[in-house]
Amino acid sequence: MSGDFAFLPFIFASLMGLSILIYVVLDGFDLGIGILFPLTKDKEQQDQMIATIGPFWDANETWLVLAVGLLLVAFPVAHGIILSALYLPVFVLLFGLILRGVSFEFRAKADIRHKARWDFAFFAGSLMASLAQGFMLGIYIMGLQFTAVSIVFACLTALCLTSGYALIGAGWLILKTENDLQTQAIDWARKALWLSLIGMVAVSVASPLADPRIFEKWFSVPEIILLAPLPILSFICFAALWIVLRRLPKWGDSFSWLPFNLTMALFALAYIGLAYSFYPYVVPGQMTVYEAAAAPESLVIILIGAVFVLPMILGYTALSYYIFRGKLTELRYD
Amino acid sequence: MELDPLILSRIQFAANISFHILFPTITIALGWVLLYFKARYSFSKDQKWMDAYFFWVKVFALTFGLGVVSGITMSFQFGTNWPGFMETVGNIAGPLLGYEVLTAFFLEAAFLGVMLFGFSRVPGWLHTLSTFLVAFGTTLSAFWILVLNSWMHTPQGFEMIDGVAHATNWVGIVFNPSMPYRLVHMLLASGLTCAFLIAGLSAYRWLKNDRKPGVIAALRTGVFLGAILIPMQILAGDLHGLNTLEHQPQKVAAMEGNWDTGPNIPLLLFALPDEEARTNHFEIGIPSGASLILKHHADGVVPGLNDYAGEHPPVAPLFLGFRIMVGIGLLMLAVSWWGAWRIWRKGGISPLMARVLLGMTFSGWVATLAGWYVTEIGRQPWLVHGVLMTKDAVSDVSGGMVATTLFFYLAIYAALLIAYISVLFYLAGRRRADAPRATLGPRPEPVEAPARMPAE
Repeated sequence: MSGDFAFLPFIFASLMGLSILIYVVLDGFDLGIGILFPLTKDKEQQDQMIATIGPFWDANETWLVLAVGLLLVAFPVAHGIILSALYLPVFVLLFGLILRGVSFEFRAKADIRHKARWDFAFFAGSLMASLAQGFMLGIYIMGLQFTAVSIVFACLTALCLTSGYALIGAGWLILKTENDLQTQAIDWARKALWLSLIGMVAVSVASPLADPRIFEKWFSVPEIILLAPLPILSFICFAALWIVLRRLPKWGDSFSWLPFNLTMALFALAYIGLAYSFYPYVVPGQMTVYEAAAAPESLVIILIGAVFVLPMILGYTALSYYIFRGKLTELRYD
Repeated sequence: MELDPLILSRIQFAANISFHILFPTITIALGWVLLYFKARYSFSKDQKWMDAYFFWVKVFALTFGLGVVSGITMSFQFGTNWPGFMETVGNIAGPLLGYEVLTAFFLEAAFLGVMLFGFSRVPGWLHTLSTFLVAFGTTLSAFWILVLNSWMHTPQGFEMIDGVAHATNWVGIVFNPSMPYRLVHMLLASGLTCAFLIAGLSAYRWLKNDRKPGVIAALRTGVFLGAILIPMQILAGDLHGLNTLEHQPQKVAAMEGNWDTGPNIPLLLFALPDEEARTNHFEIGIPSGASLILKHHADGVVPGLNDYAGEHPPVAPLFLGFRIMVGIGLLMLAVSWWGAWRIWRKGGISPLMARVLLGMTFSGWVATLAGWYVTEIGRQPWLVHGVLMTKDAVSDVSGGMVATTLFFYLAIYAALLIAYISVLFYLAGRRRADAPRATLGPRPEPVEAPARMPAE
């Protein structure tokens, strides 16, 4: 790559990283609500849970398309390697996203006698997509190798990410709902918090052990001090979440925004840690973003578009969240 | 048994894209029809337009959802099944797909929420604007993907360096020779698919004695839209064919089932092409018809398949697919003009007319799929015409893995297609005393009620 354009792979890696993070937070709470869905048997509450994400889920899922699109566009060779290696989990992810996505509409429009089936598809699809994403993360951390150890580790990250999604989904419900459903959500969040904590610690311990390069990146002398804020802030977030969730119903609704935002911060911290571990590799241990990057003239063309369009996307995404702000009211077409 | 990953990957991609295209084909045009309903309501304040809007916005939401989930599958499959595609032409395909996501996907997804659920939350103008932006987004998405698809048929504006395509002229890439024809042909196909869906479902409601003004308004809109678009489509299809003749003559030769280059080539109405014997069986044709259509005079020379022996696409699927598409087009012309004439002269439709329209509900799907099969199978053996062979782009994933996932895709697609069509008719058949009010979903029926009733 010529010197003039040496910054392009970094820019695109950052853009891709940002879209993945936004996806994980935004579709994370959608998927989380799908995972929590069968925990209540009350049909009214189930409808409310869906209604909190009705106007948003589609745009949230689009961040995944953008992330995969950026991988495809900016790092075409890596896209092929990663997705062919993850052939089956990608299939499970897609299958889950199909089930989840169609259920929103079908459960509301199909014959009432078939509603239970679509409710199950909504739950099963959300669960499949979450587990598949966590599994893919685990295999990716393990260098895209399918060994007994890496598969066990990937199963662990699958559970960890799924409980993380349940946590942020519960946080979203605490923010958007009131009364019984909110109380329920607080209870779900408390349980999901512990699973997420175990999972996050496990990934943090396993990654440096799995890859000496990552160990080197974290535990050399200046780095370990510079990076210390990441784990410290994460534990502060966990502690704060634990305290807030224990007190929440009593504190009243003025703190209902806290669990969701703290979880979001936790996701961001974990994500920054992972991104730091892997950069500059896009295929772990095999190919850096600089080696995998597409031709500069193509990247420049997309960058020009992205510079103009991304602020607009953020703008009207914010508009949409503003229009549907506040506690859930009945969601209707007219 | 050895499973060939190439043919399985092709079947899998064909299954995914065939399933996917069904839904955008409806939503691209339905978005504009919804905007039309909304605009008619805004000007006339006649509730029937809003009733039509509220029914069709539900169909839109359902169709859009299916389009989204099946579309995501596509973006992953480039990597899972066809890594060679992006490795070779990623520098061109990448930006085009990138622009589709950036300019179209977010636009339609974000404003869909406002369009569906924002009617009572935002000012009227913002709701109308959201409807417009959703329609605009779906059309823009069609534009980008058809640019890419057209470029795969008529590539230009690039140079090959070490086996990888590098863009040299983006204007040339975007406005490649077949793009305007293919885009117009597809947008009109979408309009017709949507027109006949609206007419067909409304005719179903009419037959069920649901003849509220909103139903009649939608029915008339569907029939008139079909009647206006079909002659335009026949013209656009003809121009697209001439463009293909210029750039991919072997495809046109296969569509016409013509083996030997020469003048006075007949237009075959029916035949069974036999690729082994390199001839047709049971030919019924109009003398010099193909020469007249393609060259505009009877002794015009039409290219034959034998000039391209070994390098032309399979003949039978193109020949038959083309005839299915054209046949449905002619049927659409007859039905929509007959319907438009009857509504115009007699003020409404007859039960026979309604049954015919009902039968034509999904005719647009069949024609669109047949047309796409013609053009895409017609590109074989190339993935990107003259640049990349399909067999060189496939991944080295095992055939068994592709077969397994293919099985599950086919199963879920079949289930979803059945569910989609039955829900459309369920929605159309459900009658309410008041205008439909979609809430969180249908209210749960009072299941305990019978138990409380005194025993007879």
